[in-house]
This record gives sequence, structure tokens and C-alpha cells, in this order.
Amino acid sequence: MSEAAGTGVAQAAPARAQVGLFSLFKIFLTIGAISFGGGVVAYLREYIVSGQRWMDDDEFLDSLEIGQTLPGLIAVNLSVIIGDRIRGAAGAFAAAVGILLPGTVVVMTAGILYMGNRQNPAVNHFLGGVAAAAVGLLTAVALQLGHKQLVHLRDFLIVMATFIAISLLHQSLIMVILVVGPIAVLLYHPQTHKGGAPRPMRTREPIRLAGHR
Amino acid sequence: MQATKLLNLLWVFALLSLVAVGGGTAVLPEMRRILVGHFHWLSDKQFREIYSIGQIAPGPNMLMVLVIGYRLAGALGAVVVGLAFFIPDCFITFSVNRLWKHFEGSPWRTAIQRGMAPVAIGLMLSGTYTVAKISIVDFATGAIAVAVFGILYFRHVNPAILILIGGAITYLVRAW
Repeated sequence: MSEAAGTGVAQAAPARAQVGLFSLFKIFLTIGAISFGGGVVAYLREYIVSGQRWMDDDEFLDSLEIGQTLPGLIAVNLSVIIGDRIRGAAGAFAAAVGILLPGTVVVMTAGILYMGNRQNPAVNHFLGGVAAAAVGLLTAVALQLGHKQLVHLRDFLIVMATFIAISLLHQSLIMVILVVGPIAVLLYHPQTHKGGAPRPMRTREPIRLAGHR
Repeated sequence: MQATKLLNLLWVFALLSLVAVGGGTAVLPEMRRILVGHFHWLSDKQFREIYSIGQIAPGPNMLMVLVIGYRLAGALGAVVVGLAFFIPDCFITFSVNRLWKHFEGSPWRTAIQRGMAPVAIGLMLSGTYTVAKISIVDFATGAIAVAVFGILYFRHVNPAILILIGGAITYLVRAW
């Protein structure tokens, strides 16, 4: 169990103790089944890092940074990366299926029930309040994440440019990513700041996980 | 007819999966633009209600795309949407994660991670704005959104409970 801990090298995957494919699947299935209200990332950290100790916190946060930079649902991307680092391709597959399976069953059951009752006012009223609560939840998550990650003036300018282009100018998402994305990346390439990088307005905190998905 | 619709669902959701920078919320404006605005496959009310179903299920909330597929093209629609929306991203993440290690310390790797973070947050805010536009329709829904935000931003509470309370409040307010 703890042979891997002695090496102290987060990236050295081969030194990791072998985790059974089925145990891996079971853990992701459990997280997929209990993570109500989103926040799957926080559950992943609790189970993978604190509970099973399959990864240390640094490697988890490294995986999270990659998972949220790439397209796709962050929880699924993170599961693929963790699964791969623990058990290779088969592990990645087991993790992705495990995290998605319980939600798939619940959402399809609810969806089929909804289809039979979508003219029922009680159903409409209830779902209306759920959507409104979701707005509060999404805003809190975005602002908490923003508070941790946005430290330069240009960070805020990129956020505003992206928001205005999509929400006010109704530009297509592909266009915005193809235009704003490269500009944002170039702004962070060291070659852009030959005279030394501009000082951040405050320190960038590592991504922590309260309420973060 | 059915085949055309399935094919359309396939490319729409595969495309959405490729541009989901910053998670599922990021694609909500584009998803609504295509499904409600372009194809007229769903009304805003249906889009909002299916989105809400995703909120009450465990796991990633964006699994609600399966219900969109089911609503539009039956069980096969759900399967097609599920595969189109999840397979490309899983494959990209799997491959890039393995390549990423080789770029450790590269200025480009850091620049991409740092540069895309504010883009992702901007997209999350846009997705939030889309849900707000179609779901905040009166005083009760506005008050629920503000209250949930306030509670979650300053206190650590399980969001699932607040989501259910939100639904219960509109149910009670409108039923009487």
C-alpha cells in the first residue's frame, strides 16, 4: 500500500502500489452515486487523496490543472487522468464509466418520468425553483474559482472579453475560443514580457476545493 | 427523418464537447443557441426543465444532455448524444495527459494553463448568465438565486439541499 510513498516522486507512476481495477471502479462508482449537487471534484479529492491515498495532494492538483484546461467536464477529465495514472488505459476507462454510470441511471429515470409529466404544473413549478437555485450555485462556484485564479489585471480583462463576446455580442463559442484563447495564452508566454513579468495584484492561490467542481 | 436527426445530434454534441473549455457550464450558451434558437428542437422552458433534472441527479450535472437526446430522438438519441458528448473529451484528455508530462517546465505549458483559466471562468459566467436569463422569471426565482448564492459563497453547505429547497419554494409559492 505505501511502497509508493517512500519514493517521494509524484510523477513516477511505476513506483505506485498496484491498485485492483475493480477497487478503482468501485471507488469511482461510489463517488458517482453520492456526489449530489455537483462538486464531484471535492469528492474525488476526499476519496482518492485522503481516503485511499492513491495519490498525494500535489499530484491531484496537477491532474486537476490539466483536467480543467482541456475541453470536457472537469469531473470526467479528472477521472480519466487519475484512472490512467493509477492503472493505465484500463483504469482510465473504469474511472470514467464509474463516475458517469450512477448519474446516467438517475438522470434517465428522472428524464423518462419527466417526459410523462411535463404538463404537470407541480413538476414545472418544482423544476423552476431548481433552475433558479442552480443560478445561485453556478455564480458562487464561478466567483470562488475566480477569486482563487484571477490575480492580474489581464485576467479580469480576459474574463470580461470572453463574457461580453458570448453573452452580449452573441458570438459563437468556437470563434471566441479561437480568438480569445490564443491571445490569452500569448499574454502568459514569458517571451511576451522580456522586461520581466508584470507584478500580480495579489498572490494566486492554489486551486482549493470547497464548493469547486 | 429520424436518421437525419440522429446525425444532427451527433455532430452538434461532438462539436460542443470539443469546445467545452472550463467544463460543462461553458457550453450552455452555445447549446441553447443551437437547440432552441437554430433548430427549434426545444423551448426555453423545456431546456430549463431538462437542465434542472441534471441538477437533482448525482455525478456531473451535464449528464442532462442524455435527457435532451432522449427527448429529441428516443433511447437511441440518448445513446448518440452520450457517446458524442463524452467520448471525444475522454480521448483528448487521455492522450494529452500522457503527452503533457513531456512538456514539464515548458513556457508554453504554463502559458496555456494560466491563459486558459480566465477564459474558462468567463465562459462559466456566460453559462450562468444563460441559465439566469431563462430561469429568473419573477421575484421568487430571483430571491432563490440570490439566497443560494449568498449561502454558498459564505458558508459550506451541501448545494444539493439548497437545490431541493429552491424547488420546494417555487412549488409552494405557485401552488397556492
